[in-house]
This record gives sequence, C-alpha cells and structure tokens, in this order.
Amino acid sequence: MKIKTPSDLEKLRDHGQSMLFPQGPRVSVGMATCGLAAGAGAVFDAFRQAADNLRFDLTLVATGCIGYCQEEPIVDVRMPGLGRVLYARMTPEGAGRLIRSLASGELPHENALASVPEEGPDIPKSAEVLSGLLTINTLPFYAKQHKIILRNSGLIDPRSIEEYAVRGGYHSLRLALLHLSPQDVIDEITRSGLRGRGGGGFPTGEKWQVCSHAAGAEKTIICNADEGDPGAYMDRTVLESDPYTVIEGMTIGGYAIGASHGYVYVRNEYPLAIERIHHAIETSRESGLLGEDILGSDFSFSIEVIRGAGAFVCGEETALIASIEGGLGEPRPRPPYPAVNGLWGKPTIINNVKTWASVAAIVEKGAEWYAGIGIEGNTGTAVFSLVGKIANTGLVEIPLGLSLDEMIQGIGGGGLDGKRVKAVQTGGPSGGCIPADLFHLPIDYESLKQAGSIMGSGGMVVMDEDTCMVDVARYFLNFTMEESCGKCTPCREGTRYMYTILTRIIEGEATPEDLALLEEIAMWVKGASLCGLGQTAPNPVLSTLRYFRDDYDAHVSEKRCPAGVCRALIRLIIEPEQCTGCGLCLRECPVDAVRGEKKAPHSIDADLCTRCRTCYDICPEGAVEIVR
Amino acid sequence: MPLIAQPVHPGAGAVLARLHAIHSEQGYLPETDLRAAADELAVPLSQLYSAAAFYPAFSFQPRGRHTIQVCLGTACYIRDSDRLLEKIETSLGVKQGETTEDGMFTIETVHCLGACSMSPVIRVDEDTYGRLRVDRVTRILKKYRPGEPGEKGPEEQGI
Repeated sequence: MKIKTPSDLEKLRDHGQSMLFPQGPRVSVGMATCGLAAGAGAVFDAFRQAADNLRFDLTLVATGCIGYCQEEPIVDVRMPGLGRVLYARMTPEGAGRLIRSLASGELPHENALASVPEEGPDIPKSAEVLSGLLTINTLPFYAKQHKIILRNSGLIDPRSIEEYAVRGGYHSLRLALLHLSPQDVIDEITRSGLRGRGGGGFPTGEKWQVCSHAAGAEKTIICNADEGDPGAYMDRTVLESDPYTVIEGMTIGGYAIGASHGYVYVRNEYPLAIERIHHAIETSRESGLLGEDILGSDFSFSIEVIRGAGAFVCGEETALIASIEGGLGEPRPRPPYPAVNGLWGKPTIINNVKTWASVAAIVEKGAEWYAGIGIEGNTGTAVFSLVGKIANTGLVEIPLGLSLDEMIQGIGGGGLDGKRVKAVQTGGPSGGCIPADLFHLPIDYESLKQAGSIMGSGGMVVMDEDTCMVDVARYFLNFTMEESCGKCTPCREGTRYMYTILTRIIEGEATPEDLALLEEIAMWVKGASLCGLGQTAPNPVLSTLRYFRDDYDAHVSEKRCPAGVCRALIRLIIEPEQCTGCGLCLRECPVDAVRGEKKAPHSIDADLCTRCRTCYDICPEGAVEIVR
Repeated sequence: MPLIAQPVHPGAGAVLARLHAIHSEQGYLPETDLRAAADELAVPLSQLYSAAAFYPAFSFQPRGRHTIQVCLGTACYIRDSDRLLEKIETSLGVKQGETTEDGMFTIETVHCLGACSMSPVIRVDEDTYGRLRVDRVTRILKKYRPGEPGEKGPEEQGI
C-alpha cells in the first residue's frame, strides 16, 4: 500500500498490529546468520511440517536475532490467552513436540527459557506463565541490558514494514518531516550526546552540523556497514533483524543535512544482511517511504546498497568513499573530513549502522531522554558482541558506563567451562587486551582508551587462562599486515617487521633485545601511519606488553608458553593409565602421529606431531596432556 | 573548460557491482569479461584490473565447484579454527587459496564471517556451520561430494 499521509501510516500500523499480535498462535524462529548456523532453518521447516500434519492454524514467522546467541536456535511462542514464552536450543524433533502441545492448548515446559511480558492484547501481563519460569528481563543475560538499537531485533519479522510500524516505526520520520526543521533535528541529535558508534566516538550532531553548513547543494548520506573487526557482528545483526530502523535513521539524517541520496556499504561476507536491507529498501520505495515527496512533504530521498569486496581497510571512511567511487579502497589523509569533502568531493555524512539505528529513537523520545541514559559524556547505549571463552555468548546492548565486570561476569556469566577469565579484547585489531584486574573500569570511550584499548565498534572477545597473549598479539599483527593497503610505509613495513619479531618470540628464538625493538617499532607505526588502521595496529602489541609482560618473558627467557599454545614450545603426550585405546585420536590426527592397538594405550610420535592439539581437544578421557 | 582531460567517473558503486556480477556468473574474473566491462563503464582497463586485484573477494583463476571458507576471526581463532583449517587442508590435500585437482573444492580463509557467537565457524557455499569440532569436518565435506551420504547442512538439522 502507498503511504502518502500520516493517516496512511496509521493504516499501515493497524495492518501490522494484526500480524504482530494475531488472534491465533504466533511462532517466531530466530533466523539471523547465527540462528541459521545453529540449525534454525531445519527447526523452521519442522514447525511448518508439524503444523501442516496436525492442520494446526498458526502464524509462523522468521525473525532476526534476539541476542542470546548461546541459546540458539531460539523460538518465540505467543499463545493468546496463555502467554508468551521463549524456547531455547530448539531441535526439529522438539519443534514437533512443541506444536503438539500448542495444538492441545498448552505451553510446554520443555526447553522453555523465559516468558516475555508484552504490550500486545490477550496476553497475561504479569505472573508466571509457566511455574518457575523467569521473565526475560530477570534473566542475568538480559537484566542489565537496555535496548534501543536492538529494540526490535528478534521481535519483528525483518521483512515486514507493517510490523516495524507497529513498534513505532516511521513515527520519528513523520515528526521530523512534518513538524521539525532540519536544524531542529540536528539540535536534537546534538543535545542527545550521541557519539559515533563505529568506534570513533565523534559527536554525531556536531558532524551533521558541519555538513549542513558546508558549501554545495549536493550532499550524501552513507551508512558504514563494512563491519570488518573480527569478533564483531553487531551491524550484521541490526541489518538482518531490523533493517527499516537504519533506513528511517538515514532518511531523517538526509532531511537534516539536506541530502537526497544515501548508500549502505555492506561487507561482502554478509549475504543475508545484504538481502534483507535490499528488500527493506525496495519495500520502502514501493510504499512511498523512500522516493519523492515523502509523507506529503517536499523532501525526497533514495538509498542504494553497495556490496564491499573483502577489504578490511574500507571500513575507514575515506577508503570506503574511494571504494564507492570505483578506485582502490585506499584511505587519504584527513582533513578535509568527508563532512566537507566526501563522495565525489562533496559534503558527505558517513555514520555506522548502530548510529543510524539510534537516530529514530532519539527523535521520537527526545534528546533529554537519551541523554539521561548512560553517563555524562557517554550517553545512551552501545551494542557489544560478547564472544570467545565466555559462558553466555551473544549480542548485548548496555547503557554506557556499566563496568566490564558487570558485562563479563554478570551478563556473560564468567569464563567458559568455569575457567578463569584472563582478559578481554575490545576494539578489534585497533584495540587492545584489558586484563581481568581492570574489570572495574566502566565501558566508555575514554576509560577504555586510557587502559590502552579502544571501545571500537563493539567486539568483546573474552580470553581465559588457555589463551596465550603473545599468540593473540601475533594473530592481530598478521591481520593488520595482511589488510594494510600498502599505501604508507610505516604501516606496510612496520606491521610486517613486528609480525616477524612476534613469530620469533612464539618460536622460542627471540632475545630480550627483540622485545625492545618490537616496542620501538610499535611506537613509530603508531605515530607515523597515514590512517587509523596503521595508527592503531600496534595497540594489541603495546597493550599485551603492558599487561602481560610475564607471558612475553616466559617465551623469551625460559622458552616456555605458559598457556600451552605455542607449538614450538610444547609437547603432547598420552597418559597410558588414562588412555582406553578408543582410537578416536588415532583416527582424527591430521598427520597420523598417533600409534597404538585398539583397547591398548596409545602414544604420540613426537617427530611427526605438529602439536595441533586435536587429540587433546577430542579425547573423551582427558588422557592427552600438554607438556609446557 | 579545463584544458587537461578530467577523469571519467563511473556511477557510485558501479565498478564493484560489475566485478561482483562477473564473478558470480563466471566464478572468477576472466580477462575477456574484464575488457568488455572496462569498455562499457568507460574506465581504463588498468583501473578495473587494479581494483579487482586489490579486493580479496575477486579471483583471476577459476575456482572449485564448492568454496569452503574457514573463519579466522578472533573468536574463532581463540577457539582453534586454525585446527579446522589444518584438518580440511590435510583431508583435501590442498592448501588455503588452492583448488582440489578434481575441481570440487576451493579452500579460503576469511577474517570474520560475523557468526562469532557460534565459533568456530566454517561456511561451505551458502551454508554456515557453527560450534564445530575437528571430528565433524570430514562428515560435513562428504555432503558436498555427489553420491556420498554426509552430515546434513545446518538448515536441515538441529545441532
């Protein structure tokens, strides 16, 4: 349907109401990439099959990600009159059983994770839906979260503009276009204190103001969805789960600075995100919410998707712009900043997915509301991907200022398999490793920077006692060395040299002088590189040298890897008393280094063994030992 | 009018879009298609070639029928995805960046597939497999060999 007036928007909302809150049961399966990797596709099919078999009438929907990835596949079941319950770790067989229970009029206990108190009709608002079942906002994983950017993720069908409208979608666009001047919008964003969520942390309103004043009639909006930091998937999730919120934010931004065209530059590795944002743009265009004279105003705006091609450096704004222009994705020195001199030399606002996803909420609820969340100077919320050696992995949105400890121990539930957490890596290859004894620090731009890391775009990779910090530093240097575009010498040659020294260290061939040289080169690369990639590339080395010097010294002086990771410095043996001779390691050893007869203790040929630790990982008896 | 010829701009994103289109159709970037695209976009072949060479997503060599991407993102790496890579390399007898002799598989590494909560992760064509252990790799690869029963794709099973 065409949305030309505010009353059309009301109709859209009414239509969505019946989809989001149908009279019959609604089963939503989380089908973002993480859910699919956990098997959500088969679960979805099993629900359809089971419902068809029983001729059970239900609304089956593929939603995005609700954040608790650890528990995927997650299914959200809404039964009018009974309640709404999240089911975790669903299997196709479980789906069949669940449908049979629903068909007989009850919500089962099996796999129930939490109940969801909701605003829709026909659902008991309080009380226990199932005996002993917590509500979602009292689960430790969710209790301290505050969802603004992820407010719709996992709750709506990301392909449905109607469901987006029910959740307040396009209310802000209407407000902006029909009741606020472009300057009012910029002022609102400025007063909210929103800062760039891609990691730069530059005040968004200030940037918009500069662009708005810049000379030139033709201006451009860009959404940076080239989320390259390894260990981070916030932007992918937002695009896959709630693409309309990004479109609405960009459209409001276009109105504010006077741009009529926008681009979403998405990473090549995110095919599903590309498909969903494409679909949302297409639907918006068909509805008239993108295009000419939006909602009867005289403002016109269109958006195109551009697919990246695997170059990390294109996440840097000037490189991204060069990539759109068709040249090499290489950065150029700033200033001039894109707000003044961007795409084709014209004023351009480039913001991260999460920044755009925050805009509509701020316009709707007001700058004061947003500024009241978080702490002074770091207002609002940010999304983090909590991953690595942690009990609860997932996407987490918190008010800024929450401590690392509340994040890792509270929300994350501490180390994986009860192991001691050693550090958290934030900010990707530009960031650093923060040791556990600094977990009292608040999560904000300045505190993490002071600790030698950065907040970055939101990757938080947790490391435990089995993680070797020298190996981690080398991992990141390998990354930046490969991703360095090669334009400037300090980054191109410096990262290569640091990588060489780190390799000597993990192979037990380094001297104490190497450590001094490593530190010196790091300072030069930091100071002399052209763009953010090179300037921050030494951070993983400098932060681990600062906090985990013992790890380095053990490798250099004692030729020992305390975590038991570095291959040149460890040996693997099988304890004959514990080995049952099951033959699993013999079968899985990639280099056939395991010897032994069935049901008799096995042994490892040290000459053939590459210390890959496959046997150590898979031995059901724990009979393989690492000699460090 | 400037006296010196000015560079011609292709449309925004046009170069990337064209390279992606050729790549998805042909599986790589053949020279003839690159030449035709340069003419059509009115950009020098050198510019198109250097862009194609700059981006890791593009290949100048034909690739295998199936592409295996092993994720080496941070979360996958510290959960030992390098061992998955080793296992895949030894079981197929080729290294990353190479294609098996029968043309069935190309092994690639990627810096992050963005499924970090499911680490370690690999992707075969469009299927993403999460929470992997070395001993599942062989069964997964079997699925992509015609006539061999193997582990089903994640879309067909609950893990």
